[in-house]
Amino acid sequence: MRLEKREAPSAAMLWVAPLLAAATSVVLTGLLFTALRVNPFAALRLLYLAPLASANGVAELALKMTPLLLCALGIAIGVRANVWNIGAEGQFTMGAVAGGGIALALGPAGGWYVLPLVLAAGIAGGMAWAAIPAALRIGANAHEILTTLMLNYVAQDILSWLVHGPWRDPQGFNFPQSRTFADAATLPTLWGTRLTPIFFVAMLAAPCAWLLLQHTTAGYRLRVAGLAPAAARYAGFSARGTVWLSLLIAGGLAGLAGIAEVAGPIGQLMPTISPGYGYAAIIVAFLGRLEPFGIVVASALMALLYLGADGLQMHLQLPLSLTGTLQGMLLFLLLAADVLVANRVVWRRAPAAAHAPGSMR
Amino acid sequence: MAEAVLILSIVVATLRAATPLLLAGLGELVAERSGVLNLGVEGMMLMGAAAGFAVRALSGSAALGLLAAILAGIAMAALFALLTLRLLANQVATGLALTIFGIGLSALTGLPWAGVPAPGLAATIWPGLAHAPPALQQVLLLDPLVWIAFAGVFAVDWFLRRSRAGLALRAVGESAEVAHALGTSVLRIRLAAVLFGGAMAGLAGADLSLAYTPMWAENMTAGRGWIALALVVFATWKPWRLAAGALLFGFVTIAQFQAEAFGLSLSPDLLSTLPYLATIVVLVLISRDATRLRLAAPAALGKPFRPTD
Amino acid sequence: MTNLPRRSVLAGALATPALLTRAARAAAPLKIGFVYVAPIGDAGWTYQHELGRRALQAKLGDKVKTSYVENVSEGADAERVIRQMAADGNGLIFTTSFGFMNPTIKVAHAFPKAKFEHCTGYKRAANVATYSARFYQGRFLAGLVAGHMSKSGIIGYVAAFPIPEVVQGINATLLGARKVNPKATIKVVWTSSWFDPGKERAAADTLISQGADVLTHHTDSPAVVQAGEEKGVWTLGYDSDMSKYGPKTCLTATTMIWDQYYIKRAGMVLDGTWKSTDTWGGIGDGMIKMAPLNKAVPAAVAKEVDIATRAIASGRFKPFFGPVLNQAGKVAIPAGQGLTDKQILSMNWFAQGVEGKI
Repeated sequence: MRLEKREAPSAAMLWVAPLLAAATSVVLTGLLFTALRVNPFAALRLLYLAPLASANGVAELALKMTPLLLCALGIAIGVRANVWNIGAEGQFTMGAVAGGGIALALGPAGGWYVLPLVLAAGIAGGMAWAAIPAALRIGANAHEILTTLMLNYVAQDILSWLVHGPWRDPQGFNFPQSRTFADAATLPTLWGTRLTPIFFVAMLAAPCAWLLLQHTTAGYRLRVAGLAPAAARYAGFSARGTVWLSLLIAGGLAGLAGIAEVAGPIGQLMPTISPGYGYAAIIVAFLGRLEPFGIVVASALMALLYLGADGLQMHLQLPLSLTGTLQGMLLFLLLAADVLVANRVVWRRAPAAAHAPGSMR
Repeated sequence: MAEAVLILSIVVATLRAATPLLLAGLGELVAERSGVLNLGVEGMMLMGAAAGFAVRALSGSAALGLLAAILAGIAMAALFALLTLRLLANQVATGLALTIFGIGLSALTGLPWAGVPAPGLAATIWPGLAHAPPALQQVLLLDPLVWIAFAGVFAVDWFLRRSRAGLALRAVGESAEVAHALGTSVLRIRLAAVLFGGAMAGLAGADLSLAYTPMWAENMTAGRGWIALALVVFATWKPWRLAAGALLFGFVTIAQFQAEAFGLSLSPDLLSTLPYLATIVVLVLISRDATRLRLAAPAALGKPFRPTD
Repeated sequence: MTNLPRRSVLAGALATPALLTRAARAAAPLKIGFVYVAPIGDAGWTYQHELGRRALQAKLGDKVKTSYVENVSEGADAERVIRQMAADGNGLIFTTSFGFMNPTIKVAHAFPKAKFEHCTGYKRAANVATYSARFYQGRFLAGLVAGHMSKSGIIGYVAAFPIPEVVQGINATLLGARKVNPKATIKVVWTSSWFDPGKERAAADTLISQGADVLTHHTDSPAVVQAGEEKGVWTLGYDSDMSKYGPKTCLTATTMIWDQYYIKRAGMVLDGTWKSTDTWGGIGDGMIKMAPLNKAVPAAVAKEVDIATRAIASGRFKPFFGPVLNQAGKVAIPAGQGLTDKQILSMNWFAQGVEGKI
């Protein structure tokens, strides 16, 4: 068996491949459950269907995918421009810190202007944090993979310092939590669930990202910078502009995700606000093939995997580590199946030339 | 005398804190020089830590434990190689998936060994360690893995710069197409480099679970795989700079603890940002020479290679 | 255990609170849920709660059906998990980390028929009780042992974050040690992480290098106890009995035993006498137990510890009792006075003799 590059990506495989991977994963997972003496139908149902069995479950899925979607869109735009932003986690945190800081500073003050101000501060916080690696890359040639990763840890320490110290709730027995935000600084929830309107903002961000990449000059420059840096330089596109634009967009989106989390379901600042959304979003971005619409699907899938893990523990007492293993397996299969989009499988012996050094075998 | 022991202990503590970062970093450095970016270091380390501890507990032999850790790391890397080299899957996403998979699988398979006590490697080799005089104790704490890690810097540096195979590996990392045209077996070299990365990550995991903090606990690497990855960039893909980076990172952490133990009045949260900030600052200082940096980065890093003819 | 009938899985997936009336549940066992903040592992905070759950299941057998979710992040996930547990018909839910406080209150509001128990928090409601243990009592006894065993008079303390519970532990250890050695001091090193064995190890090495000859920790791994065993330095464990990690050097450990409390509260739900209460148990209630003293501890010291244990258990002796000065040398607890529970709960000062900063 060998792979042969298709002349153009297969449109059919674009859809068939992930379904094939999902089906394979379901079969493998079922076999694994059987080996563990767990009813595979019950387990698969808990993993993939039970989370969506109620309106509240669907709302929880939408809530969970919101930060993944926002962060992943930013990461994808960056990668398309060859800017490697591993720092969504830190930008998320600083968005929460900046927006949360405004919410705390305004205190119980009410008014229509509070929430927009809080959200704007969150976006600005994420952008500001992303501006540091941008400036270091432009000004000092420091690689953003390292600076963004390091700044994630720094952001977490800053949040920790704030909630353990200056922003600690004075009525809170010195526990590390801020005051809960006033109603005016909290996002409204929809239909009696925990879902906030930011979900729809995130869903709207996807087509916007698509428009930006495909139909604007700026997007064109980003893509050229990613695909052919030398050509971009030759065409006179500013490398500075590319770095700044992609990192600021990514920072703003991640910052929005962060403030939406603390001004939404959490309602206050505390030491832990992200269970690693910024890192999970990197995999979502690639799983979505760096295409905004693919990322929407990928973030929903990732969110579903998180929710399914709850049920397996609650009802079957299966350890969380088992779900992690299954998640890894599914991701491998999805990634492997993507090969079929750009390649076709040829079931014959390779021509003699392919046995030359460097062949696949 | 007391001050001499204090300085010695800071040196030893720095070396030991740097060892897992250096081991994992050296493996990743070689993989990246061949043009393959494997972000699954954390997952490979955890599998190495779990397998190494389990086999040592079963066999009673630390050497077999180390071997098992290396094999576990290689097995994980082989999975990565299958997906990225053979099936041409995206390297970044596959590496991240490898980390998720490794965190889960190591916790699952390590479950029977959580809570099994074991002596550290140094105490196994030197049974009288606990009663040795302070200065001698510090020296004895430098277990074989510390020496392996730093000897590895020499070895990898020599390999990359002086050996034929190292030259071929660097050529593959610069341009797989050109190397292929010259008759180099691109995929074989990349496979070897990726497997070496897995072996070293496995060993780094074993350094934690057998030597530094001898136990198995879920997620016990606590992010060291990520730091190792960052240090490879910091090192601009050069083994000596990697050693310097790992030592710097280890030293700043130890220095933070020393300062706190001396009663320095600073917020602990803000102090704990020091290793990260120091790494950025040093990177900025050494990155200013743009041309040299561009020469250092493997040009084909992360780009898949497909034999065309 | 894992082969659950499909019916209950379906019920779990689709149940809404309205469907699960009390009548429908009458014959079925009481479902009890536990929410854990970390992986269960084999030692540490979450593991002690898991031991309590197992004891509860073993004791009440068919009458209850317990389940848990581990490693629940304290952010937005907590509320979803707690809500899901309530929606699945759990009549009693234990949420075992401080960060679960507000989510617990929110969910309790939406599920008035379910009972909730939140560990270490301070917010209650008609169907939300709180419980915690006086960890500091154990810390004081551990400090007493440390005061006797330390030659240098320097106790090393590896701690995660300066929250009141940690600060109480540090002060209580110092006061215990100073009972026997008025010159004893504590050096504190912060790891800024509840679980990072490597960092805990490095912190322990640092403290030893600065002359500490008894170490203790307020973090979740046994790395500090192991460091002591390797280097021949005394240690005091926390959360779980960690003596297997330091058979020669681990002197004792402050452990939390939730078994009896969980059995009692589940029994109250079963017989309908459950009420929202605030429980802060200590040595007297069996919530805090000292792990058996190491052989190396002299008999005279063991006897002194035993006397102090009984004095604390009976309430005759309070670890936080004046005169106690703070780091600035000002009076923190006036002579002849104790602290109120509220003052202890919100403690954010170090006693004189503690080197370190909050």
